[in-house]
Amino acid sequence: MQIPFISSRKPAAPQQEDFLFGLSDGFPIALGYIPVSFAFGLLAVKGGLPVWVATLISLTNLTSAGQFAGTNLILAGASLVEITFTTLIINLRYLLMSLSLSQKLAPGLTLKERSLMAFGITDETFAVASVERAEISFPYMLGLITGPYLGWGTGTLLGGLVCTLLPASLQNALGITLYAMFIALVVPPAKKSRAISLIVAVAVGLSSALAWLPGLRFLSEGWRITIATILACLFGAACFPRKEVD
Amino acid sequence: MAKTLLAVVLMALVSYLPRVLPVVFLRKKIESPFFRSFLYYVPYAVLGAMTFPAILKATGDTASALAGFAIALILAFFEKGLITVALFAALAVYLFQFFLG
Repeated sequence: MQIPFISSRKPAAPQQEDFLFGLSDGFPIALGYIPVSFAFGLLAVKGGLPVWVATLISLTNLTSAGQFAGTNLILAGASLVEITFTTLIINLRYLLMSLSLSQKLAPGLTLKERSLMAFGITDETFAVASVERAEISFPYMLGLITGPYLGWGTGTLLGGLVCTLLPASLQNALGITLYAMFIALVVPPAKKSRAISLIVAVAVGLSSALAWLPGLRFLSEGWRITIATILACLFGAACFPRKEVD
Repeated sequence: MAKTLLAVVLMALVSYLPRVLPVVFLRKKIESPFFRSFLYYVPYAVLGAMTFPAILKATGDTASALAGFAIALILAFFEKGLITVALFAALAVYLFQFFLG
């Protein structure tokens, strides 16, 4: 449990402060989303969807792999069942993230708040929120998802309108921002905890093995991440069960 | 167009359900120490699995990706903030490709 933050300097605005913390944590995510969503907008419009539909997909789905796959199937004229099922399978990993996040939510959240927060769970917002916060409040999560949501939507709209790629140099440079942010999130706790560093090492080893070993490479990236995560966490829970201290 | 819009709605639905169901219905703390530990470790494992080896393909060529990777590791080791690490890694990739690419 975190001790409630009480300060004589800003006694009236812990909510606002939480929102601002979230906004600032969301900035690098938003930055990283721009080239990806730009490419999505571009591909969807080149494939034949109107710009507004491409943007609508981004604003209602807010997923990368899921909506790329779903949109490809729409463009290929696949059946609704096929589109829905494929998207669902790709998005199943959010179950695990949402489950993990549910254990860290601040007490007393309303149904409306929970439903809204859940909409903004992505691989990136999930990772940032759970590593940066001992307890996740509504204003923090709202701040955190604002930038990425706007970045994802705007990137799609611009990609669809411009219909040509961002300069390669810019795409490449922005391409690394999400991963750099992941590293910034995981290295400090791994430095302090042997359990975390070993679990990260196992996860990295498994995802590399799944990506590179012949015979295993048929798995999509989403499945590789999910399988590596589950196995690494089973290993962690078995070898380093946590005593309740937090 | 009607079918496309229906597909978009269905996609949105199956993107939202896995996110919302646990957060809304799981109001209690999970008791099992094993499962609690498992869930506690999920974000760290996800971060590791998402970053590597995908980072090697993030910038168009492996060499500049390694440069950005190295800068990010160093800055993260000294516990710099998310934005700092992200921007300097991007800068490293940009400069690497500009001068050596």
